[in-house]
Amino acid sequence: MSGIPHDHYEPKSNLAKGVESRLPIIGLLYTTLTAPTPKNLNWMWIWGIVLTFTLVLQIATGVVLVMHYTPHVDMAFASVEHIMRDVNGGHMIRYFHMNGASLFFFAVYIHMFRGLYYGSYKAPREITWIIGMLIYLMMMAAGFMGYVLPWGQMSFHGTAVITGLFGAIPFVGDYLQTLLLGAGAVGQPALNRFFSLHYLLPFIIAGLVIVHIWAFHTTGNNNPTGVEVRRGSKEEAAKDTLPFWPYFVIKDLFALAIILAVFMAVVGFMPNYLGHPDNYIPANALVTPSHIVPEWYYLPFYAILRAFTADVWAVQLVNLLSFGIIDAKFFGVLAMFGAIFVMALAPWLDTSSVRSGRFRPMFKWWFALLVVDFIVLMWAGSRPAEFPYDWISLIGATYWFAYFLIILPILGVIEKPLTPPATIEDDFNAHYGPKDGGSATTSAE
Amino acid sequence: MFRKLTLAAVLAVSATSAAAESAAHIEDFDFSFEGPFGSFDQNQLQRGLKIYTEVCSACHGLELVAFRNLHDEGGPSLPADQTLAYAEGFEIYDESIEDYRAATPADKFPGSSLENAPDLSLMAKARAGFHGPYGTGLNQLFKGMGGPEYIASLMTGYEEAPECAPEDFDGQYNVAFAAGGYPDECKYENGDHKYPGSWIAMGQPLYGEDVDFDDGHSNDLHHEAEDVAAFLMWTAEPKMMARKQAGLTGVIFLIILSVLLYLTNKRLWAPHKNKD
Repeated sequence: MSGIPHDHYEPKSNLAKGVESRLPIIGLLYTTLTAPTPKNLNWMWIWGIVLTFTLVLQIATGVVLVMHYTPHVDMAFASVEHIMRDVNGGHMIRYFHMNGASLFFFAVYIHMFRGLYYGSYKAPREITWIIGMLIYLMMMAAGFMGYVLPWGQMSFHGTAVITGLFGAIPFVGDYLQTLLLGAGAVGQPALNRFFSLHYLLPFIIAGLVIVHIWAFHTTGNNNPTGVEVRRGSKEEAAKDTLPFWPYFVIKDLFALAIILAVFMAVVGFMPNYLGHPDNYIPANALVTPSHIVPEWYYLPFYAILRAFTADVWAVQLVNLLSFGIIDAKFFGVLAMFGAIFVMALAPWLDTSSVRSGRFRPMFKWWFALLVVDFIVLMWAGSRPAEFPYDWISLIGATYWFAYFLIILPILGVIEKPLTPPATIEDDFNAHYGPKDGGSATTSAE
Repeated sequence: MFRKLTLAAVLAVSATSAAAESAAHIEDFDFSFEGPFGSFDQNQLQRGLKIYTEVCSACHGLELVAFRNLHDEGGPSLPADQTLAYAEGFEIYDESIEDYRAATPADKFPGSSLENAPDLSLMAKARAGFHGPYGTGLNQLFKGMGGPEYIASLMTGYEEAPECAPEDFDGQYNVAFAAGGYPDECKYENGDHKYPGSWIAMGQPLYGEDVDFDDGHSNDLHHEAEDVAAFLMWTAEPKMMARKQAGLTGVIFLIILSVLLYLTNKRLWAPHKNKD
């Protein structure tokens, strides 16, 4: 599977030979586990394992929750409370699932910014990046639909707001919204189909994850230097890499254990901190919560959605040029999805010849600003849509687009990058000294 | 107006609502169950149960809580015979006999008898409390969302209405209640409120000395408010003790596991990092 030269599996026993000639599954597992992995990977490369673990956690807890949950508008809320009160260990399973969503998004955001900083999206890893973006979109959809299932106040009114976004699309909007809800308004049909899709999407995500792993096992992992593994011969490649098992499995498990300790503390001691009290009130169409806010992980894009109001000149200009078809509401929807779309285009917008941000003196600062921008947008998204938060959102949204559409293409031309080390081995030895005990230089990194 | 007011009363004071934060005064109560190591005070829960039974239950239900839960560990832990006797004190409608009968421990508490009174089962989780210090919400990180603080503040929040309010304005003035009606006479010209809180439809339920406790515990308003709020935290989160125990066990287990994995990892990599 891997493009890096390495040993392949040779079945020894008759049984293994028999299985391998019929279905090469042992070979597949062997190749996956022994995949040559750049030995200079730092701690930012552990989030993939965390994400894989979280996906399994969500599916496992979710399957159990479904055994006790009733997707009916009159019974959903009570069935969730039945899980919390009467099902053995139900309160823990549900809190794991609820906070597991937060862990999932926390890890995916670090994973994505890791890719953006070290240039993991650049050739030849564009397909890995695009599949990652698809996984992220699926996660957003699955997370949203899961939040609807307890049928609390935030579930109900959040559904009305989010499906309303699709209603803003010209010409087909009303049709789309009705298709999503299965009716003219939020009710039983919407709950039923969200329940169905919430169960389906994680398995599509699992399939995409396999393709994601397949893709980067073919190109090989990126690494903090962005320098490719040498592929001239098996021996050369072996100097740059170590097998995934046991070196990276143990390293990743160590990181996972620490992250899970924090996760366990959140679940055990403050399981409702990241949620909204309103969702412990049963859904009531007649009473709208004073302040409808999505979960924290949607907030940056929610801020971008709300940033483009009718008094922004760009919105007015587009409105005029499109003969009123693109109004402020639709513009906001386009901006929100556009914000993710421009991120997916990063492989083609980044013109730099150097892959890793470590060797790009100007890029570093613009990237740091993008991270700050993301956090500011997240905060602005949680605030009411009024001054000064609307302005902060607008500035934040503008920078988000500017980073991908203007700064990334220009930086590649005007920036003078530093020279990366010639090989991964050099980089590794610069930190830990060559194996034969030559001059070892240590670094704070 | 009354209907509008009571509908608003059902509303939560959203944790993230900046308007609600500044518009109501929530006192920072210290409860025994706050923090990772806090636990319910069994006697306090029993006192709270008594207040609920003698005062709140006249209008408010607890339809998600079963009588048998009163016997559960980590809760009020009434003895089995007392739980049975307590349940028999309630009449519930049984669909199978199409008639009312005395409740058994297997039954759930009745729902609210007053149409506009919200069910109290989850009240302590459906409201946020003291969002401080300085609006950062850090205390909620360590002490919980503060629903019980909100409830206790609401119980003690009934005050003389400000003079600006008309005599016949619906409801009662409460400094801790943000979601009720507010007379225009008490607003500044820009619409901001001159006084915290708003007018709530529920009449003041506790005045102090409403209930006598067998253990001789103080029954002034402040203590009663605390006790009933603690009891409602238990009804909202009956498995809190088990959850914190599981959390602590899990954290300790994972820390030990991390140390072992750290040592394994260090040893595994040492030959390649020129440290052997």
